[in-house]
Amino acid sequence: MSKSTVRDFGSKINVNKICSLGDAVSELVHDGCSLAISTDLEQRIPFAAAHEIIRQRKRELTLMAPISDMLADQMIAGGTIARVLAAWVGNVSAGLGHNFRRAVESGIPHHVEMVDYSNFTMALALKAGAMGVPFIPTRSTLGSDLLRRNPGLEPLTDARTGEELVAVRALRPDVAIVHVQRSDEDGNCHVWGNLGVTLEAVRASRRTLVIAEEVVSRQVIVSDPNRTLIPGFLVHAVVHQPWGAHPSPVQGYYNRDHRFFSDYHHQTRTWEGTKQWLGEWVYQVADREEYLCRIDREPLLLKNHAPAAPVDYGF
Amino acid sequence: MSSKVMICAAAREIKDGEMVFVGMRLPLLAFMLAKKLHAPRAIGLFENGVVRDAPAQEMLYTMSDGPNLHGAVCCTTLLDVMSLMQQGRVALGFLGAAEVDQYGNLNSTQVRRPDGGVIRLPGSGGACDIACLSGRVATVIRHEKHRLVPRVSYITSPAPPGGVCLITDKAVFRSHAATGILNLVSCHPGVSFEEIQSETSWTLKDPQRETPPPSPQEINILEQIDRQGFWVQN
Repeated sequence: MSKSTVRDFGSKINVNKICSLGDAVSELVHDGCSLAISTDLEQRIPFAAAHEIIRQRKRELTLMAPISDMLADQMIAGGTIARVLAAWVGNVSAGLGHNFRRAVESGIPHHVEMVDYSNFTMALALKAGAMGVPFIPTRSTLGSDLLRRNPGLEPLTDARTGEELVAVRALRPDVAIVHVQRSDEDGNCHVWGNLGVTLEAVRASRRTLVIAEEVVSRQVIVSDPNRTLIPGFLVHAVVHQPWGAHPSPVQGYYNRDHRFFSDYHHQTRTWEGTKQWLGEWVYQVADREEYLCRIDREPLLLKNHAPAAPVDYGF
Repeated sequence: MSSKVMICAAAREIKDGEMVFVGMRLPLLAFMLAKKLHAPRAIGLFENGVVRDAPAQEMLYTMSDGPNLHGAVCCTTLLDVMSLMQQGRVALGFLGAAEVDQYGNLNSTQVRRPDGGVIRLPGSGGACDIACLSGRVATVIRHEKHRLVPRVSYITSPAPPGGVCLITDKAVFRSHAATGILNLVSCHPGVSFEEIQSETSWTLKDPQRETPPPSPQEINILEQIDRQGFWVQN
């Protein structure tokens, strides 16, 4: 994929969006840009993309997402993140994120600025971006220190009723990176399961990179348009990467690798342990294929399939 | 025994037919227990967008694990479920914290070290939203003096107007309707008032009341739910 192809995407159609993860990251993720990544909450976390961003040594990124689980901790450890706009940073099943703590408390490997949102206010900020309005009012965060310290949250009085509210300022990430179950070559995506803030994040962002478990025909997508939660005209690149969300789960494809999360938690207690972990799982791994050779996928396969009843779009 | 007492106390906070913001770990087990006993029509909302009227069939490590999505009544967005809460439809929300103060303010963002440094915690997640937007709040915290403080150093989740039910491994507290102060309402079986007072930073009155111990039926259900004892360690 040449640089000009990507930069020219815009509203053009008939451009080939299928590319490798390496090319997509190198073209779409620039030093200093803001990223909405891991927006589903604990499912479909784009770990393959995060590891590629670390390998390509991107720097000074701003992360925007309510809860990115272990992905945020790894991207901080990899030195890619300067600012985090989030509600919660840690390891969802294991607890604290050691690298997040080290970065915020002692500047190891470098200082990271944390801007505290709540889940709902992060969702509203992205929704405001998606709606093209400067802010959305809410009753959340009134009386909290989040409101006092986060410049994206401002006290607001309803001019008609006098009610005290909070204005949540819009966020417009430069790039959204999302992992989906299936996409066609144009980036029309079928997604199912919990959705977190993904719909808002994609619509708020200037560009979107889709990583898909499966690339399917247009016929599969248009057979069920209610499930097309990301339309292709918002998508700039499509990467076909099975198991690209491991160790997080992808409904209908594979289960969560709980042990991988807890092993990471224990190994990264020290900075030395973290460097070893990054070496073993990121830096000394050429790409996702090599990574996948190192994990035992068998126990993570679905035990029971549970397909939905078909619906009839006939007329 | 203490985690079972805590789960049962939390389950009793859930009334039949209520919409509840559930969360993970002990509150999730409380929801599962309440559904099987006194609140079969309670509805559980998860902040990732999952809505369930029947508990998952397997133990969960996160709310997005496959078993929590399979059999859900609805999988939607965070904005959707939290908007329902902002409308006032959610009666009760569970949230966790590292510190709680006598006014019912909760802190899960950062705490001070004895040497003056700061320990950075994961942050609000949905806790601040639940405190601001749900009818009542229940919180489950380990009972230690440095967690039950006179005033939290950072207000992640301000004391909600509907009050707080604080469930620790030693006791149950509730916000006083007039003063808002967290009063001790019952001591867990085998825990003395003196022990509770010595681990609490504000002055308490002896309620002369014991938290009802888990019934054989409650214990039986909990053991079925958490067969491997992953969450209920004692």
